[in-house]
Amino acid sequence: MSDTVKLRIRRSATDDFDEFTIPVQKWTTILECILYAKYKIDHSIAVRYSCRQATCGSCGMKINGKPSLACFTKVSEIDGDTITVEPMANFPVIRDLAVKFDRLFKNHRDIIPYMNNDPPDSSRMHLQSPEELDRFIQFANCIKCGLCNSACPTMATDTSFTGPQALAQAYRYVADSRDKDKDKRLRIIDDSHGIWRCHFAGSCSQVCPKGVDPAMGIQLLRGYMLGLND
Amino acid sequence: MVQPYCLVYEMRESHIMKIHYGTALAAVGLVAVHILMRMADGYHESLEFANVLANYQFIPYAGLLEIILILLSIHGFNGLRVILLELHQGRSYEKAVSYGCVAGMVALIAYGSRTIVMANMGMI
Ligand code: SF4
Ligand code: FES
Repeated sequence: MSDTVKLRIRRSATDDFDEFTIPVQKWTTILECILYAKYKIDHSIAVRYSCRQATCGSCGMKINGKPSLACFTKVSEIDGDTITVEPMANFPVIRDLAVKFDRLFKNHRDIIPYMNNDPPDSSRMHLQSPEELDRFIQFANCIKCGLCNSACPTMATDTSFTGPQALAQAYRYVADSRDKDKDKRLRIIDDSHGIWRCHFAGSCSQVCPKGVDPAMGIQLLRGYMLGLND
Repeated sequence: MVQPYCLVYEMRESHIMKIHYGTALAAVGLVAVHILMRMADGYHESLEFANVLANYQFIPYAGLLEIILILLSIHGFNGLRVILLELHQGRSYEKAVSYGCVAGMVALIAYGSRTIVMANMGMI
Protein backbone atom coordinates (compact mmCIF):
# COMPACT_ATOMS: atom_id res chain seq x y z
CA MET A 1 0.00 0.00 0.00
CA SER A 2 1.38 3.42 -0.94
CA ASP A 3 1.65 6.38 1.46
CA THR A 4 -0.84 8.49 -0.43
CA VAL A 5 -4.12 7.94 -2.23
CA LYS A 6 -5.94 9.96 -4.84
CA LEU A 7 -9.32 10.99 -3.42
CA ARG A 8 -11.97 12.01 -5.97
CA ILE A 9 -15.00 13.78 -4.50
CA ARG A 10 -18.14 14.47 -6.52
CA ARG A 11 -18.94 18.19 -6.09
CA SER A 12 -22.54 19.29 -6.53
CA ALA A 13 -21.66 22.83 -7.66
CA THR A 14 -19.77 21.66 -10.74
CA ASP A 15 -21.31 18.18 -11.07
CA ASP A 16 -17.78 16.94 -11.52
CA PHE A 17 -15.02 15.39 -9.42
CA ASP A 18 -12.36 17.31 -7.50
CA GLU A 19 -9.15 15.38 -6.87
CA PHE A 20 -7.03 15.49 -3.73
CA THR A 21 -3.83 13.69 -2.76
CA ILE A 22 -4.18 12.41 0.80
CA PRO A 23 -1.46 10.91 3.04
CA VAL A 24 -2.71 7.63 4.55
CA GLN A 25 -1.79 4.77 6.82
CA LYS A 26 -3.36 1.36 6.61
CA TRP A 27 -5.93 2.10 9.30
CA THR A 28 -7.00 5.43 7.77
CA THR A 29 -10.72 5.50 7.01
CA ILE A 30 -12.38 7.10 3.99
CA LEU A 31 -14.06 9.59 6.33
CA GLU A 32 -10.62 10.63 7.65
CA CYS A 33 -9.43 11.13 4.05
CA ILE A 34 -12.43 13.36 3.31
CA LEU A 35 -11.93 15.32 6.55
CA TYR A 36 -8.22 15.77 5.72
CA ALA A 37 -9.20 17.26 2.36
CA LYS A 38 -11.84 19.45 4.04
CA TYR A 39 -9.57 20.77 6.84
CA LYS A 40 -6.31 21.12 4.93
CA ILE A 41 -7.24 21.75 1.29
CA ASP A 42 -10.85 22.79 0.63
CA HIS A 43 -13.12 23.91 3.50
CA SER A 44 -16.18 23.98 1.26
CA ILE A 45 -16.52 20.18 0.98
CA ALA A 46 -19.89 19.16 2.48
CA VAL A 47 -20.00 15.84 4.34
CA ARG A 48 -22.21 14.60 7.16
CA TYR A 49 -20.78 12.54 10.02
CA SER A 50 -20.96 12.28 13.77
CA CYS A 51 -19.95 9.14 15.70
CA ARG A 52 -17.07 7.92 13.48
CA GLN A 53 -17.82 4.36 14.66
CA ALA A 54 -20.66 3.02 12.49
CA THR A 55 -23.30 3.87 15.06
CA CYS A 56 -25.07 7.09 14.07
CA GLY A 57 -25.69 6.22 10.40
CA SER A 58 -24.73 9.70 9.14
CA CYS A 59 -21.82 9.09 6.80
CA GLY A 60 -23.33 6.87 4.10
CA MET A 61 -22.02 7.53 0.59
CA LYS A 62 -20.97 5.68 -2.55
CA ILE A 63 -17.35 4.62 -2.22
CA ASN A 64 -15.97 3.36 -5.52
CA GLY A 65 -19.56 2.83 -6.63
CA LYS A 66 -20.74 0.83 -3.59
CA PRO A 67 -22.98 2.31 -0.88
CA SER A 68 -20.84 2.21 2.29
CA LEU A 69 -20.23 4.02 5.58
CA ALA A 70 -17.19 6.29 5.16
CA CYS A 71 -16.19 5.88 8.83
CA PHE A 72 -16.39 2.09 8.57
CA THR A 73 -14.41 1.64 5.36
CA LYS A 74 -10.63 1.66 5.55
CA VAL A 75 -8.33 2.74 2.74
CA SER A 76 -6.63 -0.67 3.00
CA GLU A 77 -9.92 -2.35 1.98
CA ILE A 78 -9.96 -0.49 -1.34
CA ASP A 79 -8.38 -1.97 -4.48
CA GLY A 80 -5.89 0.47 -6.02
CA ASP A 81 -4.83 3.95 -4.95
CA THR A 82 -7.81 5.88 -6.24
CA ILE A 83 -10.88 6.39 -4.07
CA THR A 84 -14.00 7.89 -5.62
CA VAL A 85 -16.71 9.15 -3.29
CA GLU A 86 -20.17 10.27 -4.39
CA PRO A 87 -23.45 11.02 -2.62
CA MET A 88 -25.76 8.04 -2.07
CA ALA A 89 -28.03 7.20 -4.99
CA ASN A 90 -31.83 7.42 -4.51
CA PHE A 91 -31.52 10.40 -2.13
CA PRO A 92 -31.78 14.08 -3.11
CA VAL A 93 -28.41 15.81 -2.70
CA ILE A 94 -28.17 18.78 -0.32
CA ARG A 95 -24.55 19.49 -1.22
CA ASP A 96 -21.59 17.36 -2.26
CA LEU A 97 -21.79 14.19 -0.11
CA ALA A 98 -24.65 15.29 2.17
CA VAL A 99 -28.08 13.98 1.18
CA LYS A 100 -31.65 14.52 2.40
CA PHE A 101 -33.15 11.81 4.60
CA ASP A 102 -36.76 13.11 4.61
CA ARG A 103 -38.21 10.20 2.61
CA LEU A 104 -36.37 7.57 4.65
CA PHE A 105 -37.52 9.09 7.95
CA LYS A 106 -41.11 9.51 6.73
CA ASN A 107 -41.33 5.89 5.56
CA HIS A 108 -39.73 4.78 8.82
CA ARG A 109 -42.26 6.78 10.89
CA ASP A 110 -45.16 5.47 8.78
CA ILE A 111 -44.63 1.84 9.78
CA ILE A 112 -45.07 2.70 13.52
CA PRO A 113 -41.47 2.00 14.60
CA TYR A 114 -42.16 1.49 18.28
CA MET A 115 -43.76 -1.14 20.45
CA ASN A 116 -47.40 -0.77 21.39
CA ASN A 117 -48.64 -2.73 24.36
CA ASP A 118 -50.46 -2.22 27.64
CA PRO A 119 -48.23 -1.93 30.68
CA PRO A 120 -47.56 -5.34 32.28
CA ASP A 121 -49.75 -6.25 35.28
CA SER A 122 -47.01 -6.16 37.85
CA SER A 123 -43.82 -4.15 37.97
CA ARG A 124 -42.16 -6.74 35.72
CA MET A 125 -41.13 -6.06 32.15
CA HIS A 126 -42.96 -7.80 29.28
CA LEU A 127 -41.57 -11.30 29.20
CA GLN A 128 -39.99 -12.74 26.07
CA SER A 129 -38.20 -16.03 25.53
CA PRO A 130 -34.76 -16.17 23.84
CA GLU A 131 -36.43 -17.89 20.85
CA GLU A 132 -38.93 -15.05 20.50
CA LEU A 133 -36.09 -12.54 20.68
CA ASP A 134 -34.11 -14.42 18.02
CA ARG A 135 -36.91 -13.87 15.51
CA PHE A 136 -36.21 -10.14 15.20
CA ILE A 137 -33.06 -9.16 17.11
CA GLN A 138 -30.80 -8.72 14.05
CA PHE A 139 -33.30 -6.21 12.66
CA ALA A 140 -33.01 -4.12 15.82
CA ASN A 141 -29.40 -3.37 14.81
CA CYS A 142 -30.50 -0.98 12.05
CA ILE A 143 -28.87 2.46 12.39
CA LYS A 144 -31.01 4.15 9.68
CA CYS A 145 -27.99 4.88 7.52
CA GLY A 146 -30.00 4.44 4.30
CA LEU A 147 -27.39 2.35 2.47
CA CYS A 148 -30.01 -0.33 1.75
CA ASN A 149 -32.39 2.22 0.23
CA SER A 150 -29.52 3.59 -1.83
CA ALA A 151 -28.69 0.13 -3.24
CA CYS A 152 -32.32 -0.82 -3.96
CA PRO A 153 -33.23 -0.82 -7.69
CA THR A 154 -36.95 -0.30 -6.97
CA MET A 155 -36.17 2.86 -4.96
CA ALA A 156 -34.48 4.24 -8.09
CA THR A 157 -37.68 4.29 -10.14
CA ASP A 158 -40.55 4.16 -7.64
CA THR A 159 -40.55 7.38 -5.64
CA SER A 160 -43.40 6.11 -3.44
CA PHE A 161 -41.84 2.74 -2.54
CA THR A 162 -41.60 2.11 1.21
CA GLY A 163 -38.03 0.85 0.82
CA PRO A 164 -36.01 -1.93 2.45
CA GLN A 165 -35.12 0.09 5.56
CA ALA A 166 -38.73 0.73 6.60
CA LEU A 167 -39.89 -2.74 5.54
CA ALA A 168 -37.14 -4.38 7.60
CA GLN A 169 -38.24 -2.29 10.57
CA ALA A 170 -41.87 -3.25 9.95
CA TYR A 171 -40.75 -6.88 10.23
CA ARG A 172 -38.77 -6.08 13.39
CA TYR A 173 -41.97 -4.96 15.18
CA VAL A 174 -44.36 -7.42 13.52
CA ALA A 175 -42.18 -10.31 14.71
CA ASP A 176 -41.89 -8.92 18.24
CA SER A 177 -44.09 -11.10 20.46
CA ARG A 178 -44.68 -8.18 22.86
CA ASP A 179 -46.24 -5.90 20.27
CA LYS A 180 -49.97 -5.52 19.54
CA ASP A 181 -49.92 -3.44 16.34
CA LYS A 182 -49.03 -6.28 13.94
CA ASP A 183 -52.25 -6.07 11.88
CA LYS A 184 -52.08 -2.29 11.66
CA ARG A 185 -48.50 -2.45 10.35
CA LEU A 186 -49.32 -5.21 7.85
CA ARG A 187 -52.17 -3.06 6.52
CA ILE A 188 -49.85 -0.06 6.12
CA ILE A 189 -47.31 -1.94 4.01
CA ASP A 190 -50.02 -3.72 1.99
CA ASP A 191 -50.07 -0.87 -0.50
CA SER A 192 -49.46 -0.60 -4.25
CA HIS A 193 -46.05 0.90 -3.38
CA GLY A 194 -45.47 -1.26 -0.32
CA ILE A 195 -44.00 -4.67 0.32
CA TRP A 196 -45.10 -6.23 -2.99
CA ARG A 197 -42.86 -3.95 -5.02
CA CYS A 198 -39.71 -5.69 -3.73
CA HIS A 199 -38.30 -7.88 -6.52
CA PHE A 200 -35.78 -9.57 -4.24
CA ALA A 201 -32.67 -8.15 -5.92
CA GLY A 202 -31.05 -8.61 -2.50
CA SER A 203 -28.70 -5.63 -2.92
CA CYS A 204 -30.00 -4.10 0.33
CA SER A 205 -28.64 -7.01 2.35
CA GLN A 206 -25.31 -6.93 0.48
CA VAL A 207 -24.53 -3.38 1.58
CA CYS A 208 -25.87 -3.27 5.15
CA PRO A 209 -22.95 -2.46 7.48
CA LYS A 210 -24.75 -3.80 10.56
CA GLY A 211 -25.50 -7.33 9.38
CA VAL A 212 -29.22 -6.67 8.99
CA ASP A 213 -30.78 -8.69 6.17
CA PRO A 214 -33.65 -6.50 4.92
CA ALA A 215 -34.29 -8.79 1.93
CA MET A 216 -34.96 -11.70 4.29
CA GLY A 217 -37.12 -9.51 6.54
CA ILE A 218 -39.24 -8.58 3.52
CA GLN A 219 -39.71 -12.23 2.53
CA LEU A 220 -40.64 -13.14 6.12
CA LEU A 221 -43.15 -10.27 6.16
CA ARG A 222 -44.64 -11.63 2.94
CA GLY A 223 -45.09 -14.91 4.78
CA TYR A 224 -47.29 -13.03 7.28
CA MET A 225 -49.27 -11.40 4.47
CA LEU A 226 -49.83 -14.73 2.71
CA GLY A 227 -50.88 -16.37 5.97
CA LEU A 228 -47.80 -18.64 6.18
CA ASN A 229 -46.61 -17.08 9.48
CA ASP A 230 -48.71 -15.87 12.37
CA MET B 1 -73.82 0.84 -7.24
CA VAL B 2 -70.16 -0.05 -6.94
CA GLN B 3 -68.49 0.07 -10.31
CA PRO B 4 -66.37 -3.01 -11.05
CA TYR B 5 -63.32 -0.95 -12.10
CA CYS B 6 -63.39 0.95 -8.81
CA LEU B 7 -63.57 -2.36 -7.00
CA VAL B 8 -60.36 -3.49 -8.68
CA TYR B 9 -58.65 -0.15 -8.04
CA GLU B 10 -59.54 -0.31 -4.35
CA MET B 11 -58.56 -3.97 -3.87
CA ARG B 12 -55.86 -4.69 -1.31
CA GLU B 13 -52.49 -5.23 -2.95
CA SER B 14 -52.06 -8.55 -1.13
CA HIS B 15 -55.29 -9.87 -2.67
CA ILE B 16 -54.17 -8.79 -6.13
CA MET B 17 -50.76 -10.41 -5.62
CA LYS B 18 -52.32 -13.65 -4.35
CA ILE B 19 -54.32 -13.73 -7.58
CA HIS B 20 -51.12 -12.88 -9.50
CA TYR B 21 -49.17 -15.80 -7.98
CA GLY B 22 -52.17 -18.16 -8.18
CA THR B 23 -52.78 -17.47 -11.88
CA ALA B 24 -49.06 -17.99 -12.59
CA LEU B 25 -49.00 -21.38 -10.84
CA ALA B 26 -52.24 -22.53 -12.46
CA ALA B 27 -51.09 -21.34 -15.90
CA VAL B 28 -47.79 -23.26 -15.59
CA GLY B 29 -49.75 -26.43 -14.80
CA LEU B 30 -52.31 -26.00 -17.58
CA VAL B 31 -49.75 -24.93 -20.21
CA ALA B 32 -47.81 -28.10 -19.32
CA VAL B 33 -50.98 -30.15 -20.00
CA HIS B 34 -51.44 -28.23 -23.27
CA ILE B 35 -47.85 -28.98 -24.40
CA LEU B 36 -48.14 -32.64 -23.37
CA MET B 37 -51.28 -32.96 -25.47
CA ARG B 38 -49.42 -31.45 -28.45
CA MET B 39 -46.70 -34.03 -27.98
CA ALA B 40 -49.16 -36.91 -27.68
CA ASP B 41 -50.61 -35.89 -31.05
CA GLY B 42 -47.22 -35.80 -32.75
CA TYR B 43 -45.84 -32.29 -32.63
CA HIS B 44 -45.75 -31.41 -36.35
CA GLU B 45 -49.17 -32.83 -37.27
CA SER B 46 -50.67 -31.10 -34.26
CA LEU B 47 -49.99 -27.71 -35.85
CA GLU B 48 -51.78 -28.53 -39.09
CA PHE B 49 -54.88 -26.42 -39.75
CA ALA B 50 -57.35 -29.30 -39.62
CA ASN B 51 -55.86 -30.61 -36.37
CA VAL B 52 -55.90 -27.20 -34.72
CA LEU B 53 -59.57 -26.75 -35.67
CA ALA B 54 -60.38 -30.25 -34.42
CA ASN B 55 -58.83 -29.34 -31.08
CA TYR B 56 -61.01 -26.25 -30.78
CA GLN B 57 -64.04 -28.36 -31.54
CA PHE B 58 -63.22 -30.79 -28.75
CA ILE B 59 -65.04 -29.06 -25.87
CA PRO B 60 -62.70 -30.06 -22.96
CA TYR B 61 -59.69 -28.84 -24.97
CA ALA B 62 -61.41 -25.59 -25.94
CA GLY B 63 -62.23 -25.15 -22.23
CA LEU B 64 -58.58 -25.68 -21.34
CA LEU B 65 -57.53 -23.00 -23.86
CA GLU B 66 -60.16 -20.61 -22.52
CA ILE B 67 -58.94 -21.07 -18.94
CA ILE B 68 -55.31 -20.55 -20.03
CA LEU B 69 -56.37 -17.38 -21.86
CA ILE B 70 -58.09 -16.02 -18.75
CA LEU B 71 -55.22 -16.94 -16.41
CA LEU B 72 -52.52 -15.45 -18.62
CA SER B 73 -54.52 -12.30 -19.32
CA ILE B 74 -55.04 -11.65 -15.60
CA HIS B 75 -51.40 -12.44 -14.78
CA GLY B 76 -49.95 -10.54 -17.74
CA PHE B 77 -51.99 -7.38 -17.32
CA ASN B 78 -51.33 -7.25 -13.60
CA GLY B 79 -47.60 -7.64 -14.37
CA LEU B 80 -47.89 -4.74 -16.80
CA ARG B 81 -49.71 -2.68 -14.14
CA VAL B 82 -46.89 -3.33 -11.65
CA ILE B 83 -44.21 -2.34 -14.18
CA LEU B 84 -46.08 0.87 -15.06
CA LEU B 85 -46.64 1.77 -11.40
CA GLU B 86 -42.93 1.47 -10.75
CA LEU B 87 -42.06 3.52 -13.80
CA HIS B 88 -43.99 6.61 -12.84
CA GLN B 89 -46.10 7.76 -9.88
CA GLY B 90 -49.06 10.06 -9.31
CA ARG B 91 -52.67 9.48 -8.31
CA SER B 92 -54.34 10.08 -11.67
CA TYR B 93 -51.59 8.21 -13.55
CA GLU B 94 -51.97 5.21 -11.23
CA LYS B 95 -55.75 5.25 -11.59
CA ALA B 96 -55.40 5.40 -15.38
CA VAL B 97 -52.92 2.50 -15.32
CA SER B 98 -55.20 0.35 -13.15
CA TYR B 99 -58.32 1.06 -15.22
CA GLY B 100 -56.36 0.70 -18.48
CA CYS B 101 -54.97 -2.68 -17.48
CA VAL B 102 -58.40 -3.99 -16.44
CA ALA B 103 -59.85 -2.75 -19.74
CA GLY B 104 -56.98 -4.34 -21.70
CA MET B 105 -57.46 -7.61 -19.84
CA VAL B 106 -61.21 -7.67 -20.49
CA ALA B 107 -60.68 -6.80 -24.17
CA LEU B 108 -58.07 -9.53 -24.66
CA ILE B 109 -60.22 -12.16 -22.93
CA ALA B 110 -63.25 -11.10 -24.99
CA TYR B 111 -61.32 -11.21 -28.27
CA GLY B 112 -59.64 -14.55 -27.46
CA SER B 113 -62.93 -16.09 -26.28
CA ARG B 114 -64.60 -14.96 -29.50
CA THR B 115 -61.92 -16.82 -31.50
CA ILE B 116 -62.30 -19.95 -29.36
CA VAL B 117 -66.12 -19.91 -29.60
CA MET B 118 -66.09 -19.28 -33.38
CA ALA B 119 -63.60 -22.09 -33.97
CA ASN B 120 -65.58 -24.36 -31.69
CA MET B 121 -68.80 -23.69 -33.60
CA GLY B 122 -67.12 -24.30 -36.96
CA MET B 123 -67.40 -20.66 -38.02
CA ILE B 124 -63.75 -20.47 -39.13
S1 SF4 C 1 -31.00 -2.05 7.30
FE1 SF4 C 1 -28.74 -1.80 7.33
S2 SF4 C 1 -28.28 -0.60 5.49
FE2 SF4 C 1 -30.50 -0.36 5.88
S3 SF4 C 1 -30.66 1.53 7.09
FE3 SF4 C 1 -30.56 -0.20 8.54
S4 SF4 C 1 -28.37 -0.38 9.03
FE4 SF4 C 1 -28.49 0.88 7.19
S1 FES D 1 -20.02 8.80 11.38
FE1 FES D 1 -21.57 7.71 12.45
S2 FES D 1 -21.91 6.00 11.17
FE2 FES D 1 -20.22 6.96 10.23
